[in-house]
Amino acid sequence: MFINSLNKERQEVQHKPEEHKGRRSVRDLKIGEGGIICCLQDPEMGLKLLEMGCIPGTEVKLNSRAPFGDPITIIVNDYTLSLRLDEAETILLKQ
Amino acid sequence: MTVTTQPEVIRPEKATVSHTMAKIALIGNPNSGKTSLFNQLTGLNQKVGNFPGVTVDKKTGYSQLTPGLRAEIIDLPGTYSLYPKSLDERVIIDLLYDPASKHYPDLVIVTADASNLKRNLLLFTQLVDLKIPSVLALNMVDVAEKEGVKIDIPALQRELGVPVIPMNARKGIGVAALKIVMTQQLEPSSASFFEIPVELTPLLQSIKARFSLTNDYLALHYAHQYKNLRFLSEQDLTWLDKAIEESSFKSNTLQANETIERYTRINELLLDVVRVEKATKDEKFSNRLDQVLTHKVFGYLIFFTILFFIFQAIFEWASYPMDLIDEGIAGLNGLIQSNFSGPLINLLTEGVIAGLGGVLIFIPQIAILFAFIAILEETGYMARVTFMMDKIMRKFGLNGKSVVPLISGVACAVPAVMSARTIENWKDRMITIFVTPLMSCSARIPVYTVLIALVVPEKYYLGFLNLQGLVLMGLYLIGFLAAIFSALLLKVILKARERSYFIMEFPVYKMPRWKNVGLTIIEKSKTFVLEAGKVIVAVSIILWVLASYGPGNNFEIAEQRALAEAEQGSLNEVQTENLVASHQLESSYAGIIGRTMEPVIKPLGYDWKIGIALLTSFAAREVFVGTMSTIYSIGDEENVSTIKEKLTTVKDDKGEPFFTPARSFSLMIFYLFAMQCVSTLAIVRRETKSWMWPLAQLLYMTGLAYVMAYITYTIFS
Repeated sequence: MFINSLNKERQEVQHKPEEHKGRRSVRDLKIGEGGIICCLQDPEMGLKLLEMGCIPGTEVKLNSRAPFGDPITIIVNDYTLSLRLDEAETILLKQ
Repeated sequence: MTVTTQPEVIRPEKATVSHTMAKIALIGNPNSGKTSLFNQLTGLNQKVGNFPGVTVDKKTGYSQLTPGLRAEIIDLPGTYSLYPKSLDERVIIDLLYDPASKHYPDLVIVTADASNLKRNLLLFTQLVDLKIPSVLALNMVDVAEKEGVKIDIPALQRELGVPVIPMNARKGIGVAALKIVMTQQLEPSSASFFEIPVELTPLLQSIKARFSLTNDYLALHYAHQYKNLRFLSEQDLTWLDKAIEESSFKSNTLQANETIERYTRINELLLDVVRVEKATKDEKFSNRLDQVLTHKVFGYLIFFTILFFIFQAIFEWASYPMDLIDEGIAGLNGLIQSNFSGPLINLLTEGVIAGLGGVLIFIPQIAILFAFIAILEETGYMARVTFMMDKIMRKFGLNGKSVVPLISGVACAVPAVMSARTIENWKDRMITIFVTPLMSCSARIPVYTVLIALVVPEKYYLGFLNLQGLVLMGLYLIGFLAAIFSALLLKVILKARERSYFIMEFPVYKMPRWKNVGLTIIEKSKTFVLEAGKVIVAVSIILWVLASYGPGNNFEIAEQRALAEAEQGSLNEVQTENLVASHQLESSYAGIIGRTMEPVIKPLGYDWKIGIALLTSFAAREVFVGTMSTIYSIGDEENVSTIKEKLTTVKDDKGEPFFTPARSFSLMIFYLFAMQCVSTLAIVRRETKSWMWPLAQLLYMTGLAYVMAYITYTIFS
């Protein structure tokens, strides 16, 4: 499958956040819009997100927003996951 | 005591239980049907204890596998992986990482939701690599099939190398098949789902040698998590510290790579096993429902309507069974007193049974509240509530998940404080625990209702809004406001140790499983009776002794004085008896303590009699009504209307009614804020593992109570 691309991204998981400034993240999605996860910016939170199935190469879709715009729910691996905007911001999308 | 839910299993007579009862651990993702399966396997034959040293509930139960074979089932907290992220989940590694422990399971049943197999298998592959014999209980296969997900069970079984039992734990389908598998001697799967990087071999070899482990993957987990393994000694920890430092072990990177690799393996494996034929009707139904239930306006409107309904139910539905309990206890006491007499009988009836009645009377309310909370959780609605409230709660230093403890706090702070464990973040959790006791719990209800009935007229607005009810609701509102503003204060004071997360699964809406709801009610009521009951009964006995005896011959003097007074005023027999009782109380130990306290509480409008009630309430608030009835010599009758009548007739020095609105409101406000519950203090100490928190709570809340009661008294008088 995408072992090769994974190997590259795997290293990116631990890399400095500054590099990715300005890149599109799950936060920037519109409701109903999808994208492919490229990498996770935050090493510690990344572990939790990985366990929940946010693996680089997986498709995500923004499902809904809470009444005040935050948190949001996304659909990943056919299930619904809720997270806050600043958590969503660490999930970067492929261009 | 061998009750099973399976009709096909015959209850053995004088069971020939084998000496080595199999220990079976139940583990799985949250929402994977683990609790349902546990209830199916054990029925009412379960108990809740504590894991040694930690406060996580340990649910164990017994299951009759065959007429002659019983197994002990341990229900472990739901988790997504063997790298625990919350306090609850640490129990799992404590149990599974110490093969030498006598609690080490012989078999692990992993529950997995068939409609979300990929994520559920992550935990399963970790367990397989630990080489513990395991079974996969594949739950909700029928639901997945309806959604168009077809799973080739034999293929899955081949790939995983363990028995796979398709089931529907809600309906009990597949449980019999699982029991048969559980009776067999199972070998660990030979499959492996993760290649440990070679460069770690030297480190893992030395860990294995030191702890005499046989499994590389287990050794790897020691390296990752030794700081959380409570069975390791101080020397072991220092040794591991050094070993890990020397081998430049990067825990985060390794964990991330492991998870990615596992998911890759699972993806490959599932390609051949799962066939998806589109159509996701249920998903869409849940989403459509969410558009209404988490709507900007309707979402909150519906939530507050539900809360309002719950409050109404707690008061309306509980009143009948509560009256029954009250009458039952009074009847029992009357029966005993009319047949026996003596100081021991007085101790039994006025101390023990009256105290017991004070505990039992709350069961209806607690049961109703927990029924609602269980239903809200079971249906998946609670997740929506935390979702809607998160942003607002965060402004006050709380967390969307704080909503559950705060709402439960309305029944009883003890289980509410315990329910804060689901909050992973330390700071959020401490703040939640600290402010939860400010929510008006059911023990404050008797105090509120007695005093409201006394000073608030029974008026109706718009035909249905009862003024007394509105005042009561106002008191609850003040409690809630006090809780969130105290949280705001703590948010500024406390320093965060870690970041706060809100990454959680959003479950699809489901019908509640009534069996689970029923078992929750039984379990919570039992915990309440046992936890709070001990304290309340003990306090009732101490109070009875303090109020029935005095130093030296004080009592005789008091009696003679009362009799003399009675003769002068030519009182009848009952009045004389009451006078004697109240004079004796004044000269008892309790009276002396009350008198000593009086100068301190005078500014709040209280006298020494209320002082005694305040003092005894420090063990448990509900003692208030009993104490007041003892002090105002009404006998041991806990009937509110008689207490009300009696309190109305109490006069102050000038002959005016003593319980003025100012005094009554001041008392209500005092009870609203004050930390008067030993059980809560004890549970907070257990949950925070320090005396600092309960002490801070005691000082803060009681100080606040004093100031607020003073302000109230000044305003109203």
